[in-house]
Amino acid sequence: MNNLDRTELGFIAALPLLIACGLLLPQWIVNYIHVSLGTGLVALGVMVQMRAGLVSFGQGLYFCIGGYAAGLAGRLWGLSDFFLLIALGIAAGLVVSFLLGFLLRRYRRIFYAMLSLAVSMILFGLLSSSEELGSTDGFNLPATSYLGWLPGQSVSGDVLYVATCIPTVICAILLHRFLRSPMGYVGEALRENEIRIEYLGMSARKAVHIIYVIAAVVSSIGGVLWAMALGHIDPEMTNWVTSAQFVFIAILSGIGNVAAPLFGTLLLEFIRVYAVEIAPDSWHIIVGSVMLLIIVFLPRGLWSLVSSNNGLKNKFTHRVKAASEPEGARS
Amino acid sequence: MLPMLTAIAIIVDGLGFSAWLFLSSVGLTLIYGVMRILNIAHGGFYALGAYSAAWSIGLYSQTGSTIALTFLLIPVAALVAGVVSGLLIERGILRFMYGKDEILMVLVTYAIFLVLEDVTKLIWGTDSYVAYQPAFYFGSIDVLGIPYTVYRFIVIGVAAVVGAALWWALNYTRSGKLLMVVIEDREVSASLGINVTLFFTVTFVVGAVLGAFGGAVAAPEISVTPGIGAEIIVLAFAVIVIGGMGSVGGAMIGAIIVGFARAFSVHVYPPAELFSIYLVMAVVLAFRPYGLFALAEGRKI
Amino acid sequence: MTVVLETRGLEKRFDAVVAARDINAEIFESEVLGIIGSNGAGKTTFVNMVTGYLQPSSGQILYRGRDITGMETRDITRLGICRSFQIPQLFLELTALDNVLIALSVARERRPVLFRPVVTREIVDEALELLAKFRIEHVAHQEVTALPQGVRKLIDIAMATVANPDLLFLDEPTSGVSAEEKMDMMEVLISALQSTNTAVLFIEHDMEIIERFSPRVMAFYEGTILADGPTADVLRNEKVREFVVGQEFHRNGTAATMKGTA
Repeated sequence: MNNLDRTELGFIAALPLLIACGLLLPQWIVNYIHVSLGTGLVALGVMVQMRAGLVSFGQGLYFCIGGYAAGLAGRLWGLSDFFLLIALGIAAGLVVSFLLGFLLRRYRRIFYAMLSLAVSMILFGLLSSSEELGSTDGFNLPATSYLGWLPGQSVSGDVLYVATCIPTVICAILLHRFLRSPMGYVGEALRENEIRIEYLGMSARKAVHIIYVIAAVVSSIGGVLWAMALGHIDPEMTNWVTSAQFVFIAILSGIGNVAAPLFGTLLLEFIRVYAVEIAPDSWHIIVGSVMLLIIVFLPRGLWSLVSSNNGLKNKFTHRVKAASEPEGARS
Repeated sequence: MLPMLTAIAIIVDGLGFSAWLFLSSVGLTLIYGVMRILNIAHGGFYALGAYSAAWSIGLYSQTGSTIALTFLLIPVAALVAGVVSGLLIERGILRFMYGKDEILMVLVTYAIFLVLEDVTKLIWGTDSYVAYQPAFYFGSIDVLGIPYTVYRFIVIGVAAVVGAALWWALNYTRSGKLLMVVIEDREVSASLGINVTLFFTVTFVVGAVLGAFGGAVAAPEISVTPGIGAEIIVLAFAVIVIGGMGSVGGAMIGAIIVGFARAFSVHVYPPAELFSIYLVMAVVLAFRPYGLFALAEGRKI
Repeated sequence: MTVVLETRGLEKRFDAVVAARDINAEIFESEVLGIIGSNGAGKTTFVNMVTGYLQPSSGQILYRGRDITGMETRDITRLGICRSFQIPQLFLELTALDNVLIALSVARERRPVLFRPVVTREIVDEALELLAKFRIEHVAHQEVTALPQGVRKLIDIAMATVANPDLLFLDEPTSGVSAEEKMDMMEVLISALQSTNTAVLFIEHDMEIIERFSPRVMAFYEGTILADGPTADVLRNEKVREFVVGQEFHRNGTAATMKGTA
């Protein structure tokens, strides 16, 4: 793929940097980065929908589906191959979201939020009451292998970390591409005016369906990566409280760029470590107050502080100007 | 065919669940109907009500006085918890946000919900509270051999009374009629001299008290622990989505549907408890995408 | 002349209210046709039905002989029947150029394209050209919320033309535009559309504009077509003068900014 833009180049440059971090920084920090890569992808799934004006309070569903797809493959068939598990996670997310999409695509706004929540709680109910799957305790995953190679105990963590970085960066680049594509544009348009979309000859519902599936697949991949990183899964992954955290991350970091939710996840992870230590019973008060402050004072999220093209508003214009610049004379 | 005993159990439990669900969700639908706010913080009101009731009943019981008075403690605890928290939240936060996008308000109330969760923990700690005394005070009666606490039937009666009172207040009082005008068109009502702000504040506080009351009434029958707010909000959503958001009558029908679906699954196939609720919801939405009593929408172009 | 669109016995009821009744209309290739009638006469309902936004209660809509009754708006759009709106339906938080870009890219692709960037120099040039055709290229980089109603109307119309429609409905293109600007705006519009062989049907309350731009006119009254024919004849029609045009309009008069009666 040619004509990479700044964000895409940034991600490609970030990959070796990310891997270097993993090898140089202390282990406990790397663990947090590692885990945030998985949850970061779920936050990205939330962000992609938010760009189209759709707020999902149930993205944990696909986080969980990815995790359980990987976990069950290990439990039932003894599978532990990194690539195979990711493929399974994608397949599971794809199938479920394609089917559920027919229901969800009929809804918008608060109904979309509530129904996505309801659907995720169905899985929560099923998993919590299923004794064979460890009910609320969940179960463990076997150590990850790579095309038949099982790394030794001493390096397995590092190998998994590096292996996790790669799909995360690929997903981020692909999602960025998606947001720049005609369908990504339709997403923006969807948020603003559906009647016009229909009158342009496009099905708004189909557009919602496509966005829903894409968000689901990314989140499933996040679920697989997270499950492998932690080596454990449980139904909490699809509790609405987990899903709401992803919404929080998207609000906090802003939806102006795909990098924002990834950074936001990491930031939150670190803050949580300290906050829980200092004031264990006040963590939610902090999160809730920050969220209120962001909504009121920084509606485009933290990303708008570091970005020159603030959030949604000037996004296209910016790019359009860049695209037409070589021609000169236009004003 | 179901065995007779199971059928009876489903009916009584179904009514019990329905009553509890109605009390816990009617405030949510009321606030949505009037203010167009889908209030996730409702789960927080429920928890506050449950904790304050359980805590005060516990304190009172230690004095050794008659248990009968705990029946007074339940509504009083709900009233205090609901009025204080409702007023603080509406006057302190929400009133600055009126007119904002519905989905943004969901996020705002979610943030408030998070704060309430920890406030509850800071006040009452993370231990669980049990306040069983009122539940057993009247003893139990046998329905074809199955013992049920009288308390459960009282709750069913209370739910019916609350429903009837709301229905009467909305349709037959002057304030209720004015409220209907506010729901119809805020701007016109304001220009007619109706104090819209006051209606909003009162509605929100009433909704909060109802939420707290749902929790307070449930307190003697459950173990009050952190997380009950997050659990109830999910069920309350299902109830009001089925009934049609903003409709009090809808909340009653929704509560009955969800309550019986749950009772049925509890007695026939327990693992499907949560699943059955959403299955019913999916079926209803397949035929009525915005619930049984959905509010109408205007012309767009 | 070829008939592009024909309706037979079209009717729309909302419960007890009849919004349109017995609408039999024919629209010919590349013609310009005006529609007059007071508010609530069924003009927009007619356009909504023909473009699939409302399903008719009974009757038939034929596009080049093919029955399109009951088809979805998006499919009708793809056939080449497009419209603009009384209240412009735009993507408000985006710039004028972005609005047109989205329209162009949707019109261009029949299947969803997921991973190829939409913004290329070619499509931007094309979008700017389209804006220039409607003489609003100077606002290309401004957000729609910041633009006056007249400009929004032109963007709205420009977006309706991206697919080179066969038939274009303009729902009150000059409403919300000041009296002095109306003529100029219509001038721009009609000249931009004349270069194509699009049949244009426009709803208008200003009889001066009707006389100047549409050779043929249909007058709606209480959900029916009261008169249909050459503009001069229709405007001379007794009933039209009584129910639609009103007394303040005089054949050669100058005092003629009509407003709807309701």
